[in-house]
Amino acid sequence: MDETLAPKKAGGVFSRADQLFKPVPLLGYLFGFFACVIWEQFIGDGLASVLGLPKMPVLFGLVTIFKVLAGIVSLLIKGNAFDWTTLVHIPAAVAYFFVVYLAPLTLVARATANLANGIARALQKFPLIVSALIQLGLMYSILHIWAEMSDYRLITLKLTLVAVLFTLSLNIINGYMGEFSCSHPGFMAIGAYMSSLFTVGLFANDKVLGEAVFTFSGAYLTFPLALLFGGLMASLGALIIAIPSFKTRGDYLAIISLAFLFIVKSFFENMQALGGSRGIAGQPDWSTLPVIFITVAFGVWMINNFVTSTMGKALNAVRDDETAAEAMTVNTRKTKMTAFMFGAFWAGVAGGLLAHVLRYVNPAMFSIQKLAEVLAMVYFGGLNSVYGSIVGAVSISLLGEALRPLEILKWIVIPLLLILVMIYRPTGLIAFKEFDTRQVFGPKEMD
Amino acid sequence: MPLLHVTDMSHNFGGLQAVSNYNLSLDPGQITGLIGPNGAGKTTIFNLITGIYRPTKGSVTFDGEEIVGQKPNQTSAMGLARTFQEMKLWRHMTVMEHIKMARYSKFTYGLLGAFLDTPNRRRQESDATDLAMEYLKMFAVDQFADQLVVNLPYGAQRRVEMARAMVIEPKVLLLDEPTVGMTPDEMMAMIDVVRQAHERFNLAIFLIEHRLRVVQELCQHVQALVFGKVLVEGSPDEVQNHPKVIEAYIGEQEVSF
Repeated sequence: MDETLAPKKAGGVFSRADQLFKPVPLLGYLFGFFACVIWEQFIGDGLASVLGLPKMPVLFGLVTIFKVLAGIVSLLIKGNAFDWTTLVHIPAAVAYFFVVYLAPLTLVARATANLANGIARALQKFPLIVSALIQLGLMYSILHIWAEMSDYRLITLKLTLVAVLFTLSLNIINGYMGEFSCSHPGFMAIGAYMSSLFTVGLFANDKVLGEAVFTFSGAYLTFPLALLFGGLMASLGALIIAIPSFKTRGDYLAIISLAFLFIVKSFFENMQALGGSRGIAGQPDWSTLPVIFITVAFGVWMINNFVTSTMGKALNAVRDDETAAEAMTVNTRKTKMTAFMFGAFWAGVAGGLLAHVLRYVNPAMFSIQKLAEVLAMVYFGGLNSVYGSIVGAVSISLLGEALRPLEILKWIVIPLLLILVMIYRPTGLIAFKEFDTRQVFGPKEMD
Repeated sequence: MPLLHVTDMSHNFGGLQAVSNYNLSLDPGQITGLIGPNGAGKTTIFNLITGIYRPTKGSVTFDGEEIVGQKPNQTSAMGLARTFQEMKLWRHMTVMEHIKMARYSKFTYGLLGAFLDTPNRRRQESDATDLAMEYLKMFAVDQFADQLVVNLPYGAQRRVEMARAMVIEPKVLLLDEPTVGMTPDEMMAMIDVVRQAHERFNLAIFLIEHRLRVVQELCQHVQALVFGKVLVEGSPDEVQNHPKVIEAYIGEQEVSF
């Protein structure tokens, strides 16, 4: 293309950064991040002690900064003593972030852009799956090396990945289909309980669920079956809601699904055979990082396949004008039921993963607060968009962790942020953007 | 044997008799018009035929088959396509997606294909894209293929809506005021579009229109509907000059004076 647009005014920092990173494909960023995590392995601890930080910052320095801020807040509100020397930690954390992440990422990503584009172009000669697997493998090794540095990182990463799947599965219903469903934590609960029933009931000795039925060394290989079972039971629950709610149009789904969430929660609270309000504990440690990464990647791929097919786009047609969709041969009822059950299935799988990350499950985990959290992720990230769900889930998860030192104020800051997004971008940060896998894994062609 | 045959169809909303004892017989390749003042029940007749409402009484047969009780997605898949007075396009979808969506019932890859992106699905989707492109060219909107439909000029939106109905490959097309809100030039262009579609596919068309010019240009047979009843039917000239029809239209105006 010889479309030589005059370069925009290179005024702001952002537009300059945008120009700088424009030719960098995903593979280039992966190279950059890879360099960062390796670099941190070597200099992380040393740099932290040189900068006077008590230990290596775990979440890009965010937690360190907010810990200091939380100290100031507690001084102002409660009058607690504040150690002013910790103020130094703020610039130190910023410097750490700059030296360990930002600078190497920028340098390597920019310097290898041509090489990365060349490799990506060469990989295009093979089926897409080859390029996708190579890049996902690289992505996994980056996450693995990064998470290996501390247990806190590992658990945060695992929970974030689970949140991505959970958010995306709700986006099918609230974004692509445009209905408002409140029952998603309920589906997650069903998935968590049912997969725990499968793993703990069959393969572990437990006070509530009894002795193990089977004991063999390869038992963890049955974990996909446990997740599948959890997901299928969740979509069975969805069927119960879908039958009455999709007969008519309107706000019925919101009300019925909210009722369903409460029913599920009190069912598990009162079900003594499943541990009552104390729940089930002692899940085997099968939700390892590779298992979660593969499951989430597979889930994202499958959901993206669905929403980009004409069958899945029928959801958008139903949302934008149901009468027209029906007049254009679309079986609207089947479309809505399928999507609702499909979304519930992945919520159930996410629940199964969650139960095995935390290695316990109880009804209190699936309260209204969980609903608020996942709705925040969906609406913050962007409706009708796979990118949006990923961005929403990752940013709200990281923010939630970073703001943890602020304790109760966290629940003022996050909603406030959500309100701002709703005012300035009512459909979320990255809404209505198609996730084209070929483009994502391919080279960035310059105009 | 007429293609679309409506006998003694009646419908009431609560106490209001919206349509009473309506009859229609439409042969292959025939264009019939339906005129009448606002609120006469024209669109209701469309909604009854396509299955959005279920008639209180009477029968509708399409291609020899009784279709009362069928859902709109079933009647349309059988080949009874329609357009809407207010167009009803999907605001977040591109022009191409609109046309492919109307092929929904022709896709056979099922859930497996939808979830797993099978080769079968890829083939069907790309075939549908090719076919959709042909229809977009036919209606001269191919240059907008990847644009959101809300960004198109009004006339182009109307043509997209026609293309969307035509890609179903219907035997009967129900057009609900296709020229509403158009300038005289746009109206003449639309008449050409309808005429070409009719000639090319030997389509039977049932047309609701306010503008007598359109009816005169296109229809061989016209019904005049007032208060849910067919007052007069016959050739366009006969109907247009019938004293009862004039009275119905003028009478309406007298009220507004």
